[in-house]
This record gives sequence, C-alpha cells and structure tokens, in this order.
Amino acid sequence: MDSKFTIPKFQLPGFLASLVGKLPQWPHSLALVAGLNAALKMNLLPVDELAALEDKLFRVRVLDTGGEASYTYRNGLFRPVFTPTREPDLAFAANLSAYLQLLARQEDPDTLFFNRELEITGDTELGLIVKNMLDAVEWPKFPGRLPLIHH
Amino acid sequence: MSALPDLICPAGSLPALKAAVDNGADAVYLGFKNDTNARNFAGLNFDQKNMAEGIRYAHAKGCEVLLAINTFPQAGRVGDWQKAVDAAVDLGVDAIILADVGLLDYAARRHPQQRLHLSVQGSATSYEAINFAQREFNVRRAVLPRVLTLAQVEHVIKNTTVEIEVFGFGSLCVMNEGRCWLSSYACGESPNTVGACSPAKYVKWDKKPGAMETRLNGILIDRFGDDEPAGYPTLCKGRFEVQGETYYALEEPTSLNVVSILPEIIKIGVKAIKVEGRQRSPAYVTQVTRTLRAALDSLAAGSERFHVKPAWQAELAKVSEGSQATLGAYNRPWR
Repeated sequence: MDSKFTIPKFQLPGFLASLVGKLPQWPHSLALVAGLNAALKMNLLPVDELAALEDKLFRVRVLDTGGEASYTYRNGLFRPVFTPTREPDLAFAANLSAYLQLLARQEDPDTLFFNRELEITGDTELGLIVKNMLDAVEWPKFPGRLPLIHH
Repeated sequence: MSALPDLICPAGSLPALKAAVDNGADAVYLGFKNDTNARNFAGLNFDQKNMAEGIRYAHAKGCEVLLAINTFPQAGRVGDWQKAVDAAVDLGVDAIILADVGLLDYAARRHPQQRLHLSVQGSATSYEAINFAQREFNVRRAVLPRVLTLAQVEHVIKNTTVEIEVFGFGSLCVMNEGRCWLSSYACGESPNTVGACSPAKYVKWDKKPGAMETRLNGILIDRFGDDEPAGYPTLCKGRFEVQGETYYALEEPTSLNVVSILPEIIKIGVKAIKVEGRQRSPAYVTQVTRTLRAALDSLAAGSERFHVKPAWQAELAKVSEGSQATLGAYNRPWR
C-alpha cells in the first residue's frame, strides 16, 4: 500500500445515520461476508484460529452511517445473518473512518481503542483472536486486490 | 560520541516483523505460539514455518532476530521450554532472550555457541546480578527492568562488560518484571505462569450509558467516561477507592517515551533500545519504528544540534496507552 496515502479521521454528518438506519442492512452484510470469503479462498486466514470462530455471531456497526452487518462462520464459510435472534458473541462499533484506517493498516486497533474511537464488546478473547488473525494476514501487494475493500 | 544503539522492535506476526525490518529496526524480537513467551495471546506469534520465513526476511535485509523464551518453566513441563530453546537454535536466531536460571543453564551447556540475552523478566537490576549471569551462562546482553534512573543505568554499564539494553518506548506496567503476581491475584494466571497478563478470557468491557466498565474476572477495574482515554484492563492500571478517594492507586495508564533523553542514553553507552508491544498491530510497529529510527539517525553526527521534532512526539503520543507519555523511572529524583 502506498504509504503516502493516508485516510484522515472524519465523521459523517448525523443525518446520514438516521437516513441509512432506515435502509435495508443486507448490502453491507453481503459485501463484508464476500470479502471475508475471498480471503478464505486465497488461504489467507489461518485454520487454527478459524476453528475458534465456528458458529459465533459477529456484529459490525458503523456509527456515522448507521449501517450494521451481522455474520457468522460455519462449515468453512462466512455467512450473513440478516435477522439476528440473539446478542452477538462479539460486537464492533466505530465510525467509517476508523474501519478504513484499520483495513489500510494505517492505525492499530489498540490505538483506536485507547482513544475511544473503536468499541469492542462481548467475548474479549474472541475479539483478540479476530484482531490477531487479521493482523497476521499477508495481504497481496496490489492494493486493488485487497479482499476486504475490493468486492 | 558513542555509536548509535541498536533499535529493537516487536513482532507479533509476520506482517509486523516485515514492518519493523522495512522501517529501520536493527533487530526484531518475537516468540513462539505457546506459553514459552510472555505475550502468549490467542492468534499472536509465530509457528516454525512463519518464523523461518521471518528470519529469512530479516536476515536478507541485515536485521537480527531475537527470540524471547522469557516465561518460567512450569512443574512437570520443563521439557517444553528446553525444546523451545533447541528449536530456536535450529532456526538460527541471532540470540535467545531467557529469564529462568535453569533454562539459562540448559541453553549455555547444550548450545555453548548460541548467543544468550538476559530477559527483563529475569529482574536483574544490579551489575552483580548481571555479572553473575555472564560468569555462569555467558550472557552477552541484559535487558534492564524499567525501575532504574538514568544515573543507575550508567552505574550498571560502568561495572559490567555485558551489553545493556533498555526500554525506549511502550506501555508501562508496575515494572516489577518477572516478580509481578497482580494478574494471578485477580485471575490465577500471570505472565510468569501462562505467558499473559490479565488474559483476555477474564476481561469484560461493558458499555453502559455514558460510560464503559472494565472487569477482570468480575473485579471492577475502571469506569471510563465517553471522553476519557482507555487503558489495558490490568489491576495495576485500575482506579480504586482508597480511604474515600477513587483514583489510579497504583499507576495511570501511560507509555514510556525516551526520545527527549536519547543523547544521554547514547552518551552513557547503552547498547540497544527496545520498543514494547508484540501484542500491537503492524500499524503500530510501522509508526514507532519509523519515528525512533528518524530520532536516532538525527543523532548519528552528534548530539550538539539534537532537537526533538514535534511530529515525532505527536506520532508517539497518538499510539500511547492513555494517550500520554512519561520518562518513567529514568528521571525520577528519588531512588
């Protein structure tokens, strides 16, 4: 990734969250799951850590867009959960810019957590497994092929 | 003018190792994916295949690899730690960082050619302790616990031929390294025994209206208002009620940052400066390595015109725990 390109910290205007909150939530669920499955197909995710994710329910909430995606991992695939019937095992909440900074490896999750820009609730150990699993991924050099951004 | 000290950077994963190497580390330190090292966190660290690749990558770019086997062998399982030492030698690491006296003895006898460093977990704060480790186990370098003043570090250096490594940046704890049992008090597990302080399975972050509560095995550690910076969920960084007042009774969440005293550290003959944070992500390793490399390189021609750039301090403050930094024990007036 070009180190000269940096993602600034920003917050989208409040009205956007109330607007997006009224839209169906499935598009970002599908996008997220497609990205994770692409990483799986490329054998980028370690088998040992994946086993700890089996049947766990994850929720990713984007505070300033009002978007929210839930998904699970079962039988070797990430799958969207459109109408979760229980509390997630692990939940992330942050503004869009924080997620983009994390995906681009521009900021460290601990930094965002210390500065209260990233909220992690639920099973803390599961959160650590997910964080360390994503940290250990050797993304392909060509940024256009980043599976989590390009879907 | 003394030579520049080596910059020793943390690697919890292959991408973090590459980030350290690419941004100017002279050496990286890492650990196996098990309880033989004090950052035994789920999903972190290296299996043998990743480590072999990491060593190849680092060596190809002239960067040393130091392997931490810095926990204490547990009863009935001493063989696991000895096997880790053997594996490290087979992999061709430049040095093994050890804390346990029995393991130092094993490594020195079984692998007399292997370079050994005394870990900070070994808790050697005096030159007598360090010279003992040199005499008995041929230890070549000692990492000092973060409890000494700069004058005390200088005193140690003047009285030993063992190379001295000090911490230069990273989260601070109560710094009773190798002897701290606070985590075991709360959850029955500590770095010395399982390789992790306040293991994640005991940690709960609870979002409440206007605040976030942290619990460690059910014990309320802290309550952060929405605008307050957070810290790691360890007992030493908790806010507790003591004689009617609630405050950070042991220490505030903070990070050590020695950039402002780099000229003095170089002058007294410190051989290596270590960055804490194998549990942090590649982004942190990139930011801290790059910044300290720039600060050290600016001293290559002498310290007369050294000035601390605000951009360095801003970058380091951003990644600090508690968003604040301190010189720690290095400049405390009392001893």
